[in-house]
Amino acid sequence: MADATADLAAEPTGRLTTADGRPLKTALARAQARARRRAFLLVLPLLLFILVTFIVPIGQMLHRSIHNDGFSANMPLLSQWFARTEPGTAPDEAAYAALAADLQAAAKAKTVGVVGTRVNYEMPGTRSLFTSTGRKARGFEPPYREAILQADPKWADPTLWGTMRQVSQAYSPNFFLAAVDLARDNEGNIVQAPPERRVYLMLFQRTFLIAGLITVLCLLLGFPVAHLLATLPLRASNLLMILVLLPFWTSLLVRTTSWIVLLQGQGVVNNTLVATGLITDQNRMQMIYNQTGTIIAMTHILLPFMILPLYSVMRPIPPTYVRAARSLGASSWTAFRRVYLPQTLPGIGAGALLVFILGVGYYITPALVGGASGQLISNLIAFHMQDSLNWSLAAALAAVLLGLVLILYWLYDRLVGIDNLKLG
Amino acid sequence: MVSSTRNDGFVVFEHVQKSYDGESLVVKDLNLAISKGEFLTMLGPSGSGKTTCLMMLAGFETATHGEIRLDGRPINSVPPHKRGIGMVFQNYALFPHMTVGENLSFPLEVRGIGKADREQKIRRALDMVQMGAFANRRPAQLSGGQQQRIALARALVFDPKLVLMDEPLGALDKQLREHMQFEIKHLHETLGITVVYVTHDQGEALTMSDRIAVFNDGRIQQLAPPSDLYERPQNSFVAGFIGENNKLPGTVEEIAEGRALVRLATGELIDATPVNVSRQGQKTLVSIRPERVEFKPEMLPPNAHLIDAEVMEFIYMGDIFRTRLKVAGSEEFVIKSRNTLGQRMLEPGEKIRIGWAPQDARALDPL
Ligand SMILES: Nc1ncnc2c1ncn2[C@@H]1O[C@H](COP(=O)(O)OP(=O)(O)OP(=O)(O)O)[C@@H](O)[C@H]1O
Ligand SMILES: [Mg+2]
Repeated sequence: MADATADLAAEPTGRLTTADGRPLKTALARAQARARRRAFLLVLPLLLFILVTFIVPIGQMLHRSIHNDGFSANMPLLSQWFARTEPGTAPDEAAYAALAADLQAAAKAKTVGVVGTRVNYEMPGTRSLFTSTGRKARGFEPPYREAILQADPKWADPTLWGTMRQVSQAYSPNFFLAAVDLARDNEGNIVQAPPERRVYLMLFQRTFLIAGLITVLCLLLGFPVAHLLATLPLRASNLLMILVLLPFWTSLLVRTTSWIVLLQGQGVVNNTLVATGLITDQNRMQMIYNQTGTIIAMTHILLPFMILPLYSVMRPIPPTYVRAARSLGASSWTAFRRVYLPQTLPGIGAGALLVFILGVGYYITPALVGGASGQLISNLIAFHMQDSLNWSLAAALAAVLLGLVLILYWLYDRLVGIDNLKLG
Repeated sequence: MVSSTRNDGFVVFEHVQKSYDGESLVVKDLNLAISKGEFLTMLGPSGSGKTTCLMMLAGFETATHGEIRLDGRPINSVPPHKRGIGMVFQNYALFPHMTVGENLSFPLEVRGIGKADREQKIRRALDMVQMGAFANRRPAQLSGGQQQRIALARALVFDPKLVLMDEPLGALDKQLREHMQFEIKHLHETLGITVVYVTHDQGEALTMSDRIAVFNDGRIQQLAPPSDLYERPQNSFVAGFIGENNKLPGTVEEIAEGRALVRLATGELIDATPVNVSRQGQKTLVSIRPERVEFKPEMLPPNAHLIDAEVMEFIYMGDIFRTRLKVAGSEEFVIKSRNTLGQRMLEPGEKIRIGWAPQDARALDPL
């Protein structure tokens, strides 16, 4: 011990230095800096890749969910008038003048449709009002109020003005409100959305319930399989493992459509049941194009994500633990419950989290086999992305989904501990 | 002794056979009676079936044929958790998700023992292995030797009458192993339990056991107390397996009154005690312990036969000298002499004559 410290000359203050007098800490940091720089350069490409393909798109999505300038950018004068006046102010001549000027400019720039679409999100049926008035905008003369109301008397509707006031702000929480079935009235108060538009909360609830059910089913089906895989001799278990992984190597579409072949009204399962006389021809079971179809097909597709983490946790558990428990007087059930099961918890946690999160965001399978009752929130997000083109609402829905999943993740961390997670 | 099946044994194996694959027997006709309080060791090379025997006794493997009795009761169809046998595994098998205290509490809980009773028993068991301060640690936070002690305490905490140990010290270093051997032996004596111990370390077997069963090829080759096993091996396998020994192949020339004369291949005559030979002309392998060979004729009985030897190598080992000789054409003959006052150090190339007392050379079966 004494010789070791003698090599390191001690400064008067007691700090250790190297032989040439540099403080030990500095020397160590310098020695490690090069290695650290090299390591950083190695991970740099991946870091950039993740940044470009993951962080940036998610950031954009989150931004879009609160930002939409379809109205404010194309109707600048009217937007300024809204900014000047109190909410609930009745539109005066100045407002109509701004509207007319904006519409004229927008008609020239061919952006009236964009404006109409933006208002239409909040107040269905208004897009045509904008486009038709936009076509007549060129002929508007003062007084603009009369001119515009003559073009279409719907412009007098105070709800329309309330809505335009709301969308005149590029940044607004409206999409998030819509994503949780809320809306704002003319005075800007938050109220429940009209009943015919209240679908999202129900869909979120359904999505989480179905994903939870699928997780439970995957665990029930996957645990024995993983246990078998882990206890069989390596050769047999490798063969079985290929069967488990086989679905990964076939197209998702093929797997989903084969469920259609199996489960449809005239499908294999129903035909077999009818042939064996278990059900009559009239009572063929409806197992596809509804929630049942979604649950069955998604359980099948997500099962490997449960089996693999379970297997990787179970494989290294030596059989001696259960033997030890049995020799200590535990029945086989007690030995399983108190000694084996607790050791597989990291795998159960990882598998359940994986299956649940994948299930919550699943899209193709419910779209193909879900019918109306089997649609999940992601199908609605896709609808808003592709059909209604309300990207901001799609982004808000996705952001809510992300938030809920993150909350679950946090809960899991609190209850089980994330370091207890073993993915493979 | 080997095949005696006393019905009064605490643990009795009777004509037990075991096959895993239905093609070969891993245990072939095992007969063994272990009395209460005995420390019996199963010793043998790898793959000789020791663990298999232990697993059959613990209930994790079923005997293909034969009967196993515990305290007079056949246990072939009793499940492991109803046998009440403590067991220490080679890799300890401490439950990693439980603390030391919980590990010890486990066998008591499954037996429905009350909390106060449990705590008292756990404390007693931990004190017994000097680990009283470690009740709240996890097994991963213990050293190998400490884990071993906890495994021992856990196997003893529910007061089993019989404790099985399968190479419990295999993973420890030599010094710790010797210390633990002493402790296990001590526990065995104070608690009065019956221990069946498996090892392939002969030193461990010799120092700890009341009796040793030497296994080879699925059979017990010899069942005897350590001193008998070392000094009076019954066959060439046991002689070769336990301790160092010199083997001289030859033919029985004369046999009478517990003494045999054996003619070696190179023509010399030597003395031996007949063990596995009974008549003249039989082939035999004579086995002599290195420390029983004498090269000073005055130390030998007057009528002992002497043979020529040439010193090949002399190794100074501190307390003993180890000398390799060329005897009867073989250069692997070893003698050991104690480093006493005035002991001679032999020079390589030196020609000497060696001999031994007839009872120290055993004429065994030819290999
Ligand atoms: N579960 C099993 N299935 C098939 N064969 C087995 C099994 N367990 C052991 N064997 C075989 O039985 C024979 C005896 O094994 P056993 O484990 O009893 O040997 P052992 O004496 O304990 O050896 P070691 O000193 O190496 O532990 C070996 O040839 C082994 O390959
Ligand atoms: Mg073994």
